[in-house]
Amino acid sequence: MTAALKPKHQRLVLVVLALVALLGAALLAMWALRNQASYFYVPSDLAASPPEPGQAVRLGGMVEKGSLRIRPDGVTIDFVVEDGEARVPVTFSGIVPDLFVEGSGVVAEGALRPDGTFAASNLLAKHDENYMPRELEDMTEAQKRQAVAETE
Amino acid sequence: MIAEIGLAALWLAAALAGLQLLAGILGMRQGGGEMAALVRPAAAVQALLCALAFGALLLVFARTDLSVALVAQNSHSAKPFVFKLAGAWGNHEGSMLLWVTVMSLAGGLIAAVERRLPERTMRATLAAQAFVGLGFYAFLLFSSNPFERLDPAPVEGLGLNPLLQDLGLAFHPPTLYFGYVGLSVAFSFAVGALLTRQVTPEFARVMRPWVLGAWIFLTLGITAGSYWAYYELGWGGWWFWDPVENASLMPWLAATALLHSASVLAARDALRAWTILLGVVAFSMSMVGTFLVRSGILTSVHAFAVDPERGAFILALLALYVGGALVLFATRAGSIAEGERFSVLSREGALVVNNVALSAILAIVLLGTLYPLLTEAFDVRVSVGPPYFNPVGAIFFVPMLLVLAVGPLLRWRRDRFARVQRPVIAAAVVALAALAGVWLVAGIGLLPLLGMGLAAGLAVASVMPLRGRSLRRLPLAAWGMVVAHFGVAVALFGMAADSAFTTERLVAARVGESAEVGPWRVTLAAVDPVAGPNWTALEGRLLASYRGGAASELDPQARSFWTPPQQTSESALLTRWNGQLYTVLGGEADGGRWQLRLWWKPFVTWIWYGGMLIALGGLLALVGRVAADLKRRTARARGAERRAEAAA
Repeated sequence: MTAALKPKHQRLVLVVLALVALLGAALLAMWALRNQASYFYVPSDLAASPPEPGQAVRLGGMVEKGSLRIRPDGVTIDFVVEDGEARVPVTFSGIVPDLFVEGSGVVAEGALRPDGTFAASNLLAKHDENYMPRELEDMTEAQKRQAVAETE
Repeated sequence: MIAEIGLAALWLAAALAGLQLLAGILGMRQGGGEMAALVRPAAAVQALLCALAFGALLLVFARTDLSVALVAQNSHSAKPFVFKLAGAWGNHEGSMLLWVTVMSLAGGLIAAVERRLPERTMRATLAAQAFVGLGFYAFLLFSSNPFERLDPAPVEGLGLNPLLQDLGLAFHPPTLYFGYVGLSVAFSFAVGALLTRQVTPEFARVMRPWVLGAWIFLTLGITAGSYWAYYELGWGGWWFWDPVENASLMPWLAATALLHSASVLAARDALRAWTILLGVVAFSMSMVGTFLVRSGILTSVHAFAVDPERGAFILALLALYVGGALVLFATRAGSIAEGERFSVLSREGALVVNNVALSAILAIVLLGTLYPLLTEAFDVRVSVGPPYFNPVGAIFFVPMLLVLAVGPLLRWRRDRFARVQRPVIAAAVVALAALAGVWLVAGIGLLPLLGMGLAAGLAVASVMPLRGRSLRRLPLAAWGMVVAHFGVAVALFGMAADSAFTTERLVAARVGESAEVGPWRVTLAAVDPVAGPNWTALEGRLLASYRGGAASELDPQARSFWTPPQQTSESALLTRWNGQLYTVLGGEADGGRWQLRLWWKPFVTWIWYGGMLIALGGLLALVGRVAADLKRRTARARGAERRAEAAA
């Protein structure tokens, strides 16, 4: 069947095929990105317009001083992430990053539970003096001032 | 003194690159002349000068010469020697010097040995190579001078990031760089062929070893990087869709496509324009990768440096080279004559599908990697992870694997399904049987289930091309294909098994207590303080027994480094043929209990065995191709000699 095609036509068919596939991939990607990207929230955003429970999001803020509790199993912790305006209770099971301490910044990956607590599946803390989660670097000036005030 | 020699060598090399570019352009215009004769020597000497500069950098790091700013910032006198050396390229400036050095060595090598292409095309190629090189020289000399002095010299260096003090990682970035740079050679060949309109099978044969070499290095780099992230980060995952991982995956996808389309061009003189385009795209992806990693623009565990000026420089180079090459392509592509035709059901047809699918996956990964940057412009912060990449990638990955199973069985030009019916049905039956078997035994997710079935079918299909052929006479390149495709099946099985059957246990245990994970029983025997050359650690002594058998010891550590101050957890692994026990020691919980995180990961190691098989397949193909070329070259030389004798 293709043997009947003229050379010019075969090239055209190939180009169209490739374009359709690539465009399809790009459209699919854009559609999926809108649904699957995990959005970044600070506690006040989360209070104002909470995401659907179960939707994967990232929550960034400061670990409230005095809020950290270890449960009897020894590996699950409860703490509060706040940004000066709102507070979100968070639970996490696992080994916390080394620089995760009360009063310092954290980004929690996870999802909101129906009861309003945040179930973190992963915690990112400032790693060393050279690296910290980008969201922590870009906090508003007020948040930064507060963070500095709290860590000093 | 050594640093000054290095810097001088670098400036001279840059000047030679300028000369090479000029002579190459003039030589191409006039079709010869005295300037043109300079192109090859300029490339060769440039390579030597760069090697000298890199040698100088290694030497100042080996001696811990703290009056050199780069050494002071990235090294420390108390560091183990091998990490002092690795420190030379474990930072921005040093790694860019390594990039330039490898690139000029590649240029020198082509200039010295490659004689198959028309001389005009060679000059255009070397001019393109010099043009790319010049951008990187400018980058090094103006914005990232590795030999800058510090006055006064500090008494002690700042040290190397402890996460990077790992033997595997010391050799990981150079491996990727070899890959990136190999693709720059493919890019230069593509531009040279476009400039002189010489897109021939011979061009594909000349370019192919470079693409193969780059692809082998990228494969090894990705495999090693994945294993590094797996054991070093202590998170138990082997691929995070981190932007930096994607930065190495994207050139690999493009190189894989290029490799296959170059095969079509070399064997059948088809897909001419497409191969050229892929050559441009593959190098663009290397540049995008370098940009993402070096500019620190993305949130990433790997992005240690944050410096917008450098990012802008690389972006400008990217726009210049890729934009220029694409404009050249757009103006010349129409004049590249149509290649040979082929039917849909043929080896070429299958390779076209493979190429389109790979390009689609590349587009998906690229969009997913750049999307957070795009939304950031509108002040919306997102991160894109497995929920996007896995299912969306699979939509194109699965059909690609199906074609991968069938394609190698087909003949070039045209074929009939009836001829390949039996092996295809055999593979399909195996795949379906595996799928059904796994589905009945274990209720697992759709993607892992599909992965298992495809892996089984692909393993069978990948060795089918050996059927009915004399194994001893089969060319090495064909063996390479079989081994690499089989490696894909092995890796796919590992991925599917890991994501389906991993079990995890998180406990706080007192010394003497035990925990079960999968078939393992792990006992915490002791926690002791230990010390290394630049760290102290708490080391857990774990005794693990598999199904009640004899106990083996694992010693995970929680390490504290003091230059710079940082803590890392060193996981301890126990490898069996059918999987790995992965243990991490956390902090002290309370009342003498220690946090332990344990994973049993069935067949996880097969992921990296598969990766190594894929690279081995590439190596076999490379050796086979180069050996065949050499044989042809000596035969031709002998023929020429004989003719000369006959004439005399």
